[in-house]
Amino acid sequence: MLLSFRISLRNLKFFEVEIVFVIKIICKNHLEKFISLQSQKYLMSILKKRGVGRFRHLISIDELTKEDIVYILRLAEKFEPIARGEKASKALEGMILANLFFEPSTRTRMSFEAAMKRLGGDVINMTAQEASSVAKGETLADTIRVVGNYADVIVLRHPLIGAAKFAAENSIVPVVNAGDGAGQHPTQTLLDLYTMEKEAKLEGSKVALMGDLKYSRTVHSLIKALALFNTKIFLISPAMLRLPEEFIEEVDADISEVELEDVIDEIDVLYVTRIQKERFPDEEEYRRVAGSYVLTPELLKNAKEGMIIMHPLPRVNEIATDVDGTRHARYFEQAFYGVPIRMAILSELLGG
Amino acid sequence: MSEFETKSDRKHLVVSKIKNGTVIDHISPGMSPLVLKILGIGPGSKEAVSMAMNVHSSKMGKKDILKVEGKFISDEELNKIALIAPEATINLVEDFEITRKFRVEPPEVVENIIKCPNQHCISNSNEPIKSRFRIFTDGRKVVAKCDYCGKKLYNLQDYI
Repeated sequence: MLLSFRISLRNLKFFEVEIVFVIKIICKNHLEKFISLQSQKYLMSILKKRGVGRFRHLISIDELTKEDIVYILRLAEKFEPIARGEKASKALEGMILANLFFEPSTRTRMSFEAAMKRLGGDVINMTAQEASSVAKGETLADTIRVVGNYADVIVLRHPLIGAAKFAAENSIVPVVNAGDGAGQHPTQTLLDLYTMEKEAKLEGSKVALMGDLKYSRTVHSLIKALALFNTKIFLISPAMLRLPEEFIEEVDADISEVELEDVIDEIDVLYVTRIQKERFPDEEEYRRVAGSYVLTPELLKNAKEGMIIMHPLPRVNEIATDVDGTRHARYFEQAFYGVPIRMAILSELLGG
Repeated sequence: MSEFETKSDRKHLVVSKIKNGTVIDHISPGMSPLVLKILGIGPGSKEAVSMAMNVHSSKMGKKDILKVEGKFISDEELNKIALIAPEATINLVEDFEITRKFRVEPPEVVENIIKCPNQHCISNSNEPIKSRFRIFTDGRKVVAKCDYCGKKLYNLQDYI
């Protein structure tokens, strides 16, 4: 009895969503002929608010309030036993996720795939190789419209900034941004916040960011999100890879530029990023700079007991492998937390 | 006094009065060709347009003036002028009388007017996409931010 009631409720929920989609399509294609622009805008604004969950798409971390972020972190916590395989779930059974990767990112793709499958859903893939050969000449807008007929949610990785937003504008199913060029990668930021909360602390913490702070989108998104949690942010980078002044002015956060040894005894989190070779005019310069930003166990001897080291991975040599065995290393746990976070997002978008 | 007369030169008309249409006054000097572009007036347009560039203005030193005969342009269209000429004033003329006068206000969003200079922005790809910028003011400056890539632009006349 209870089971059938739950099923009927679920059906009702999806039925409602179907109706919303149908109205949306009708509105877009036909109603504009009959109703005023203002009424259309009003109608669309109501419909837009009616996703299944809190969001219709996940495109940028900037769209989320602190309350939204905390909500996702709580949800991820609930999914952790399922993400670890300790419990089974069929919450998204019968649903399909489409991975559209226009540039390779095996890790992100697999993590979304694991999240969907742990929730009982299925996954279809378009890899970067297929994107360049099969879909040659086809616009992203068309690809999105076609794939929206095959899947219930689209995960998009694309080399151009704003691609995910544009895809969402053309999609009848929810779109999750899995990185758009130098733009946004919101699930990475969410899993970073979740790692801090689980392994150290998030609210009011002291976080040092080290490495390429100029070009790293991971760092830019993370700083914006950390600003919401009253964190004190320390920046450690080579002069030519400093966080842009313009960015510091824009973010309302407690930010200061320091050397690692000055803050190592007070920080809760040390977030290390890759210094990329292509940012340097010559290899000699790269080797000299990158070599001076390698984290070794010696540099950590004054660190607080509970200080954690994070890295978005893959690492090259920013963190010496003998740091892996210290009590501070958390980058592999961080990679795991990508799964419960993505489960939380998918479940929220699909109403699982 | 006509809109095209200046205080120092009352007797001499730069351009004649219009009977019906829109007069755009106090345009930042030299910007009137771009204003026409924003309003979609160019080769093939049928409106009678008179333009005065770099004429004397007691308020601005120099200014441009545009008169579009026989056409009433919507407020929404006219407000786009504020992107490059925030001081511009609009006079709607009917039967040689000014029936309404107002100052342009920058719109919140503009589509397909500004071209994003970021080559990695999706709005510069071959997608069926319109450029879209959110407009805000920073002091007296009008600033546009690309809705797709977040690029901020200040001297908007360079991107129209």
